[in-house]
Amino acid sequence: MIRTEGLKYAYPNASEVLRGIDLTIEDGEFVAIMGENGAGKTTLVKTFNGLLLPTSGRVMIDGVNTRESSVAQLSKDVGLVFQNPDHQLFSEAVREELAFSLRNFGYGEDAIDRRVANILETLDLARYADSSPFILSGGERKRVALAAVLVWNPKHMILDEPTIGQDYDQKDRLRNFIVQLNTQGKTVIIITHDVEFVAECRPRIVLLSRGLVIGDGPAEDILSDEQLLERGSLTRPQIGALMHQLRDLGFSDRVIDAYSAQQAILHALKRRQ
Amino acid sequence: MSLKVFDGFKFAKLPTPIHMMDPRAKFTMTMGLFVAALMFSNIYALTIIFLVQLPIVYAAKTWKKWAGSMRAGLLFAFLIFAMNFVFGSTLVFSAAMTVRFVSLMSAFSLFFMTTSPDDLGLALEQAHVPYTLSFTFTTAVRLVPTMALDAQTVIDAQRSRGLELDKGNFMKRVRNYIPILIPLIVSAIRRSIELAEALESRGFGASPNRQPLIVLRMRLADYFVVATTIALAAFAIYVSLYVPLPSPDIPITMPKIIPWL
Repeated sequence: MIRTEGLKYAYPNASEVLRGIDLTIEDGEFVAIMGENGAGKTTLVKTFNGLLLPTSGRVMIDGVNTRESSVAQLSKDVGLVFQNPDHQLFSEAVREELAFSLRNFGYGEDAIDRRVANILETLDLARYADSSPFILSGGERKRVALAAVLVWNPKHMILDEPTIGQDYDQKDRLRNFIVQLNTQGKTVIIITHDVEFVAECRPRIVLLSRGLVIGDGPAEDILSDEQLLERGSLTRPQIGALMHQLRDLGFSDRVIDAYSAQQAILHALKRRQ
Repeated sequence: MSLKVFDGFKFAKLPTPIHMMDPRAKFTMTMGLFVAALMFSNIYALTIIFLVQLPIVYAAKTWKKWAGSMRAGLLFAFLIFAMNFVFGSTLVFSAAMTVRFVSLMSAFSLFFMTTSPDDLGLALEQAHVPYTLSFTFTTAVRLVPTMALDAQTVIDAQRSRGLELDKGNFMKRVRNYIPILIPLIVSAIRRSIELAEALESRGFGASPNRQPLIVLRMRLADYFVVATTIALAAFAIYVSLYVPLPSPDIPITMPKIIPWL
């Protein structure tokens, strides 16, 4: 469980970015952290593995105060995938890139080989195993960065803007993969601006604005609340907008994803017949 | 790892006489300090060169940031001292080299803290340095804070993958920086290619005769600073070449542990 209590954080010589956040994320939850640029989303998740320590309040990871543990220790359970893969790739081969963290965490060579082979397969990277990560395309580099964290199988996975630079096909696969991780019991936290992506996954949304949580609830509640959307600089997803337009015909504007919309429309059609 | 060292080279606009000084006068002053620091290896002289800068730092109201960058430079200062001492220099000479490093760092930090990259570019252009060169230089200066931010992100990303920078023996610690340096260099190269392409798409270098909007003018005070610097630097060169200076007589050296040195 990830729990923050009265969490405040200010960068040196700057005003407060997080201004008192109380948040509990249970094991196995799927959460999207959303909010305008500069709302404090990335800062918030950096406190989850101890990269940033609260200026006041506390962050507890599975009962351990982040102040009392090291980043390396916390990272074993809290895997954080950064937004820009170019900020972490450095090895001559993808295989080596993936083995890096396992070596840091002290795994034996046998276990490393096994885990790397496994993750290469899972993320469809096996054919690049011996290529340099630098010659891969942006989307592939992003996948390597994701694999480089998933490889040690952390209990909680955090992905910062996973959909940026991915085409629709990749986005679809990513969504399936994230949902799959979540069904396997992993806590999945994504930071994103992509309302369409969120609408299709329908996670719990934590909406931040200027360092405070202004909304917290199921995606269909948050993404259909006019006031919250405006405060969080978000727009309705397209399906949500359509249903909103059709509300006079008896449709609920809490329907935000294609499948539920299809069900609602079929239901209405059947009733008319 | 702290990146405070970069703060000591970052420009911030303040209404002090040092900030308002003509960049060419300031550059002359920095060069004067640079030459003087390189001419001497006498600890008294080098200490004076360092102390002379303190009132200027005070006048520029950059005390705190300057102190921060000095603190960040302590590790290098200590390395310089240790290297000199271990490889056979006397205690006094090793200390002198350390003071020289600190003086140089202080002089350049003072210059960059009080001179905006724009002013610097203008000064270079007015000194008839080709625009592409002056632009390259000011861009490099301007990118330092961006690179510092990048470096912090890279460090965060690798620490999140279990990298512990301060763990292990000396060689291991040096090796720990490889995963930091490579992404940093790669992203710097990527950034520079993108920058070049963006500049060219916006017509960089299309017109050979550029007309600057702002023309720098030296004021009386600036001429005074230039004249004083040249006089003092000439004096320093003269003293360093022809006047024997006293030196503290402490002939302590490291016992020769490495026989071939």
